[in-house]
Amino acid sequence: MLKTFPKGGVHPPENKISAGAAIETLPLPTTATIPISQHLGAPSAPTVKKGDKVKVGQIIAQSTGFVSTNIHSSVSGTVQKIDDSIDASGYKRKAVIISVEGDEWDENIDRSPELKKEFSLSGPDIIKKVLENGVVGLGGATFPTHVKLSVPKGMKADVLILNGVECEPYLTSDHRIMLEKADEIIVGTQILMKALDVKKALIGIENNKPDAIEVFSKLADKNPGIEVHPLKVQYPQGGEKQLIKALINREVPSGGLPIAVGAVVQNVGTALAVYEAVQKNKPLIERVVSLTGKSVKKPANYLVRIGTPVAELIEASGGLPDDTGKVINGGPMMGKALNSLEVPVTKGTSGILIIPELEARRRPVQNCIRCARCTQVCPMGLEPYLLMTLTQKSMWDKVETNHALDCIECGSCAYTCPADRPLLDYIRLGKTTVSKLIRARKQ
Amino acid sequence: MNKLLTISPSPHNYGDDSTKKVMYGVVIAMIPAMLVSFFYFGIGAVVLTLTAVVSALVFEYLIQKFILKKKEVSITDGSALVTGILLAFNLPSNLPIHLIIIGAFVAIAVGKMSFGGLGQNPFNPALVGRVFLLISFPVQMTSWPKPGALTAYLDAETGATPLAIVKEALKNGESFSSITEKIPGYADLMMGNMGGSLGEISAIALLIGFAYMLFRKIITWHIPVSVLGTIAIFSGILWLVNPETNADPLFHLLTGGAMLGAIFMATDMVTSPMSIKGQVIFGVGIGVLTIVIRVFGAYPEGVSFAILIMNAFVPLINAYVKPKRFGEVVK
Amino acid sequence: MSATVIFTIVSLSAIGVIAATILYFVAQKFKVFEDPRIDQVDEVLPGANCGGCGYPGCRGFAEACVKANELDALFCPVGGNDCMADVAKVLGKEAVAKDPEIAVLRCAGTHSLRPNVNQYDGAANCTISSNLYGGETGCTFGCLGLGECVDVCNFDALVMDPETGLPVVDADKCTGCNACVEQCPRDLFELRPKGKKDRRIYVACRNMEKGAAKKIGCEVACIGCNRCVKECAFDAIVVENFNAYIDPIKCKLCRKCVMVCPTGAIHELNFPPRKVKVEVEGEAEKPKAVKAKPEPVVEVAASKAEAQPERVVEKASPEALSNKENENTSDQSIKLGE
Repeated sequence: MLKTFPKGGVHPPENKISAGAAIETLPLPTTATIPISQHLGAPSAPTVKKGDKVKVGQIIAQSTGFVSTNIHSSVSGTVQKIDDSIDASGYKRKAVIISVEGDEWDENIDRSPELKKEFSLSGPDIIKKVLENGVVGLGGATFPTHVKLSVPKGMKADVLILNGVECEPYLTSDHRIMLEKADEIIVGTQILMKALDVKKALIGIENNKPDAIEVFSKLADKNPGIEVHPLKVQYPQGGEKQLIKALINREVPSGGLPIAVGAVVQNVGTALAVYEAVQKNKPLIERVVSLTGKSVKKPANYLVRIGTPVAELIEASGGLPDDTGKVINGGPMMGKALNSLEVPVTKGTSGILIIPELEARRRPVQNCIRCARCTQVCPMGLEPYLLMTLTQKSMWDKVETNHALDCIECGSCAYTCPADRPLLDYIRLGKTTVSKLIRARKQ
Repeated sequence: MNKLLTISPSPHNYGDDSTKKVMYGVVIAMIPAMLVSFFYFGIGAVVLTLTAVVSALVFEYLIQKFILKKKEVSITDGSALVTGILLAFNLPSNLPIHLIIIGAFVAIAVGKMSFGGLGQNPFNPALVGRVFLLISFPVQMTSWPKPGALTAYLDAETGATPLAIVKEALKNGESFSSITEKIPGYADLMMGNMGGSLGEISAIALLIGFAYMLFRKIITWHIPVSVLGTIAIFSGILWLVNPETNADPLFHLLTGGAMLGAIFMATDMVTSPMSIKGQVIFGVGIGVLTIVIRVFGAYPEGVSFAILIMNAFVPLINAYVKPKRFGEVVK
Repeated sequence: MSATVIFTIVSLSAIGVIAATILYFVAQKFKVFEDPRIDQVDEVLPGANCGGCGYPGCRGFAEACVKANELDALFCPVGGNDCMADVAKVLGKEAVAKDPEIAVLRCAGTHSLRPNVNQYDGAANCTISSNLYGGETGCTFGCLGLGECVDVCNFDALVMDPETGLPVVDADKCTGCNACVEQCPRDLFELRPKGKKDRRIYVACRNMEKGAAKKIGCEVACIGCNRCVKECAFDAIVVENFNAYIDPIKCKLCRKCVMVCPTGAIHELNFPPRKVKVEVEGEAEKPKAVKAKPEPVVEVAASKAEAQPERVVEKASPEALSNKENENTSDQSIKLGE
């Protein structure tokens, strides 16, 4: 019996088309647009100005608070301007726009491919290094990693959980790095364990990646403290709280963080980034992005510099298919539909998914038939139909008491709804309104 | 590229389930029971089913088109079809056509559309129609044709249902064991060889439908099992207390609308609770009320009333019985 | 038989008497004192329960009026000054007369002037759309066209125009209750004084980007060029974040700013035509007929006229309607003359 979370979840078609494509390095873009806010938390403050020459790996924006991080240039060249540029939502955000000239790296970065296993840094030094190199959670939420590693006073982590689940359909970037960079991930895991001062690390991998499970099981045998657990293929297995429940059977309390039950969850990609940051001194300037979709000519996994326009990835895979309806940053369940192809790849871009027109449009909304499917599939034990109705009626106090803020926005409810109701759209509205009200109340 | 990209909030992936699939799934699940009714009641069953279905669809169409003035009339979603068939399942096969039409009208117009159409009705529409007919036309509604008269419709030979026979006999002071030859044997009860409404007679056919709906994941097992389980346990207790004045649990399960009600009527999505816990409470309530009405009430049959009464409790159950929240702090 | 009838009547009457006695005592025991003036005030209020006053319905407003020492801070936007005078009379207090206000939409980006750059396909709710996306057009400040304002309007004063994709304010029905102002996630509605003879001038744009950037997204955006500020003799216009705002209190409705605006972002409503007089007969002609007149000046102006869609539907006489069309015409001809 494979481990899984106890309640809810759906199983959308996996469509891991690009799973077999080895990671390729994408050519450098001509201009890189690097937003100064690529992470959860305060935007960084630019440290360069127009006309400055920058090298790969040079800091171009400095962390502005605890929940914030550094941003580095991913290319070498001249700063064209620091200006507003549209992000995936269509809103304009500040970004550093660099025109690329050559590929000159910062001297401190170790670019050799050798695996460097030994590390001597202490826990706090590791965390400092992680912050310096701008490492954030690469699973998609882009929460600064150093914050997660700094365990609050009075709490103690006793287990590190490595998230290799990749439960989103289509996406394969984590799968590929687990196959190609397994040794590095293991060293990264050991570094993370040191930073957290834990003796145990569990790696959770969904059962649809038997090759990755095999590779890691072998490595885990050699490295005491690290265990590999195959997990049932069920969305959202990779949700932080679901993964903790599945692996160590602890429930993160409502409104709490995983550290409240002594667990810290990191993505496998983050472990790799931590390895590179600590062992190779390499900041987070590039990441693996899956480019996939049913009508894409060449589904692939690219190693892409941050700031490369999405259009260049699509070009590398044979151009935008004629029947394109939607281009999504991320997976089909939680990703964000892009409104322009000029949007750059950021630290949180785990994949670019192209959805054909036929599947892109939503079906017309029908009456709720109260089939309770949404309640059954909600992994958080919420009642999506109720939250949607309450939000539509602006009954915010009830939205709050019905735990709207616990929603992890996995989209299982909207996925499963036979009447095609926009459940998550409204729950999200309820969440934002309720959190605004709570903030107002605290003041 | 001159085409515009589509933007929308996540998720961008949708399951292939739809209201239509759910409704037609239920229809498919009802086919075995329908065939059994055609087999035992012949032409009457066919006429009854057709009239009920057609008039349900027509009323749904007319109301949507001319009273609600909807642009797109949604009679193809199958919900009126389900209501029509369920109504037919709840009527005796020799019911005159005009009464069937009245029943369908009450079911669709009063039971469903007056509340706002699909998904808004608090009570099961088919049961609203059935109970309306039962109270308004008790004579026609309680003269059940005997199975086997395939060509007879209005002039079919009638008799009482097993439940009515037992009720009558017990009232006259006879003991349960002394009347066993008057009622059909268990094999006949399983197959459906007894007097009764169209759909309720064959336990086997209904169970096949149940299995199909479970397989298609249209319903969960909680409501039917809790209804039937409660009926079995409650009637079992009464039977153990005094086997002479009470029918045994198996008899209660196989007769009347117990199976039909538990599998097709109580599980109606619109009128049943949303959480699993709530569904079990709902099912237990129906089971208890059914036996209370059957044993202590004036009517020999109580499933319809029990379901309607519990339907009224559904909003209350939904408001107070919540699913277990993930990470809820237990006080 | 008769015994049964008598028994029934007697017993029912007895039950009635007992129940009435109990009710009477209970009512006495649990009597809640309520100021009778609340009822009186409630009666003179419009009873729309729109919440435009900031209180939960008319009853809440009535309570607040009775409690308050002065009526200065209280105003019923629906009933207006007359209603407040009535309230003041009931309470024996002074009511402060306020100019009646009306909602104006500060966005003129129609489908043709502000082309779509993508298509939105989520829940038809402006706030949801605005929380996640900048909208379907190149302007991230303009109207999303999903009609949340229409839904919240209690007076049917807002209607979505399918051709422009913008809501239209019906001046006769709008009571200035503020509901749309609060609902719009883009803060596009503003309550402005109705003005003399219903004349109003306002900037129909809320875009805060730099001028060049917004010009790409929308043809009629306020580009913050400051020309109107220089033109205004009353210091009524301020430009903040590249966006002009006309202070309705300082504005003397001289209309000079309208003429200098290079993008036509400043809208004027219900003004008579200026200088160039186009003859309009009293016939009930639709404004389109006027537009179609084959005069060269008018023809050039026609495109401009489209560029300034009327934001407010007035139930005015045909002359007034035609005049409005002609205003634009005359505008343009003046500019051409320069």
